[in-house]
Amino acid sequence: MTTWIQFASPWGSALAIAAMALATYLCRIGGVLLMTRVKITPRAERGLRALPGSIIVATTLPLIVNGGLSAFVSVAVAAIAMALTRVELAGLAAGLGTLSILRAFGV
Amino acid sequence: MFTRAAFLAGARSSLPGFPGLLVFGMAFGAAAAQKGLSFAEALGLSTFVYAGAAQMVGLEVWQEVWTLGNILTLMTVTAIINARFLLLGATIHPWIRYEPLPRAAANLFLLTDASWIFSMRYRNEGGRDVGFLFGCGAALWVPWVAASVAGFFAGAFIPEPKRFGLDLVMPILFSVMLVPMWKGVLPALPWLAAGLVSLLVHTFVPGYTFIIAGALAGVATGMVMK
Repeated sequence: MTTWIQFASPWGSALAIAAMALATYLCRIGGVLLMTRVKITPRAERGLRALPGSIIVATTLPLIVNGGLSAFVSVAVAAIAMALTRVELAGLAAGLGTLSILRAFGV
Repeated sequence: MFTRAAFLAGARSSLPGFPGLLVFGMAFGAAAAQKGLSFAEALGLSTFVYAGAAQMVGLEVWQEVWTLGNILTLMTVTAIINARFLLLGATIHPWIRYEPLPRAAANLFLLTDASWIFSMRYRNEGGRDVGFLFGCGAALWVPWVAASVAGFFAGAFIPEPKRFGLDLVMPILFSVMLVPMWKGVLPALPWLAAGLVSLLVHTFVPGYTFIIAGALAGVATGMVMK
């Protein structure tokens, strides 16, 4: 299609990095820009309040299910440690520790 | 509001993000070296793109000689993987909308999943200073770039992440961060919808669509609930 225009290194790489950075930056600012255009009704606000937790669950659940029993148990241990201590690093350490122990035993 | 104190507090609070960041940063650096990228190219990607999953997939479509078509493909792939940032931005909008434009623009450049998640906890606990978000983003950016450089040169010596359970560091950290967001069963119903839809989409649609589909299902559920 557009193969008649070619960019060799180093200019090609610089252009590719710039293009990738631009695409990423547009995603980073896009959500904020979009919300300046949206009228926030009480209904929309209820929906948005559910968004942060929904993002977390939607991102992690398939990965945990893919990880099998050891992943599931590790996440449960991490969550319990977090609920007890309220310290993120403690939760993370408990989860990673459990996972490496379970894997060492071949779970 | 944007204070130095909140910037420093944000930087401090981002520490639990470091293990995952260092592992994936090194993995990216090593993969870039293996794919034959120059040091400058790997460094440029980590510095200016600063998005791990997109950088990894970017390596898969990396070229010696670029055509406009290749560049458009690269941009499309990048945008699809990073489309989840649109959602993060939507949650940040009420917070950042009164900021002066240049500072908001710089702040959003540093937005990542990890900086977002620590900032959400800060905000849920009543914090209102966007310096916190900036502090998280900046504090995570430095080790990301440093780890990419280390990975580029140490390539073959990097242990396999799976051995220490580090391949699941991100889902575990995210699950941990969900705990303080728990406000009872009813407010968590949208999360259930988000989880079910993301599992379904993950099973049947390749790529990263499951994140957006699940999150939007959660929003829709929140909207219809009283």
